[in-house]
Amino acid sequence: MEKGKDIANQERPDAGAASDVDLWFVRKVLPLEAVLVQYLHHNWRSKPDIRDLLHDIYVRVYQAAQKEFPDNTKSFVFTTARNLLITRARQENVVSIESVADLDALDVAHDEPGPERSAIARDELRRLQGALDRLAPRCREALLLRRVEGLSRSEIAQRMGIGEHTVKEYLASAMWMLADVLYGERADFRGEQ
Amino acid sequence: MSGVADDIKRHAAAWLEQHDSGDWSDEDRTQFDAWLNTSADHRVEFLRVQAAWDRSERLSVLRSADIGETASRSRMIGKKIFGVVAALAVIAAIGWGTKAYLSRENYTTYATTVGGHETLALDDRTKIELNTDTTIRVSDDAQERKVILDKGEAYFQVTHNAARPFVVLVGDSRVTDLGTKFFIRRDSTKLEIGVMEGRAGFESADQAKPTILSPGEVAVANGDSIAVKKSSQTAIKNALEWRRGVLVFENATLAQAAAELNRYNHEKLVIADSAAAKLTFGATLPTTDVNAFTEVAKEVLGLRVEKRGDAIVISR
Repeated sequence: MEKGKDIANQERPDAGAASDVDLWFVRKVLPLEAVLVQYLHHNWRSKPDIRDLLHDIYVRVYQAAQKEFPDNTKSFVFTTARNLLITRARQENVVSIESVADLDALDVAHDEPGPERSAIARDELRRLQGALDRLAPRCREALLLRRVEGLSRSEIAQRMGIGEHTVKEYLASAMWMLADVLYGERADFRGEQ
Repeated sequence: MSGVADDIKRHAAAWLEQHDSGDWSDEDRTQFDAWLNTSADHRVEFLRVQAAWDRSERLSVLRSADIGETASRSRMIGKKIFGVVAALAVIAAIGWGTKAYLSRENYTTYATTVGGHETLALDDRTKIELNTDTTIRVSDDAQERKVILDKGEAYFQVTHNAARPFVVLVGDSRVTDLGTKFFIRRDSTKLEIGVMEGRAGFESADQAKPTILSPGEVAVANGDSIAVKKSSQTAIKNALEWRRGVLVFENATLAQAAAELNRYNHEKLVIADSAAAKLTFGATLPTTDVNAFTEVAKEVLGLRVEKRGDAIVISR
């Protein structure tokens, strides 16, 4: 486990040394996810497409920021979202796209910090606790053993009475579930494995 | 094309887990870099799971509060990354959090009095033998068999079940069964764990890794140090003779023997002078018969035995 900690605390040269664009993406764009997903749900009929649309918006804004950072992130993200929906709607011959235009309702003019940027540590912890509540129980258990108790894969395997490969799966699932819950895309993973 | 983003997301999480586990070879790194730099598709999803995971780092302030024992808290506070004030606020506000996750169970308490000796049989044929003046609590948690040793000494013969680990919590330490017969003894100053068969994992709140104990090994923890010694078969067997109602002393000082016997009896032995306390002897004595001990003191060692109220004073 110590080995893992050391690596995690390094500057992550292996993760492509977090660039300015990466930092901007994490700090400015990800906090918009909950509102963005809400916007997509309002403006796109086919729910299974939402996750892919979200992803495509992320890719577009990320690539755009590599060339030039936008002045107003929120406005830029939602404009990108709208343009994408319009393009898709045309491709798929969707007739009614009128609601796609209602960007003003989202008040995108204000580029405020995302809610968790101003949050103090305690709020963040409460939020984390709330997020944990919504994970599948076994994934949550694995996550807590790793994060709270700092156990290695093999130790978690031992503690939970499962194989290391399963631990890996639980942890990886916990990781993406946590991202989904924290950034607001999905609400509940209980019972899902 | 629905589901593509989900696949990438899962892939990103698998990479992150691999990285976080510390199992990260040069080859992993090369492959990961290649994967990450293939396209912004991969990069945005990785950044997202990584950012969420980094945020969860804060959960580590809950470390050792999970056991639900107040004793461990004061010790953890000073160390945590958020500083004393923040950590205090956090624990006060949400200390219940992991406690609720990790110990949602109810406990049943079992206790023996001074001189008592009871055997508990659990559903899974695990047996717990309680020595004198011992209190344990047994959890009804379905996922983990958990016992808290509040005081005293117990001998555990555990029916090993990897799917339902057997764990004994003692203060802020924990002992995990790895297919085992072991004893745990908790005094006011120290904690002793000895393994007869199989193995047991022992970890204190301060340790990153559990110490794995093999047969014949005894770990002694007092406050801030842990020593593991290899005991002879005989010594470790003798340490459990209380189960037969006797105590075996080999080359023990009178003071040691008196202290042992005092655990089992209301009548307390007091060795009045230091020279007498250092005398050594060997004997097998009943746990709850102080007279057998005073006989040895009188007849074999030629000492004076005097009864004063509940105390038996031994001197030259």
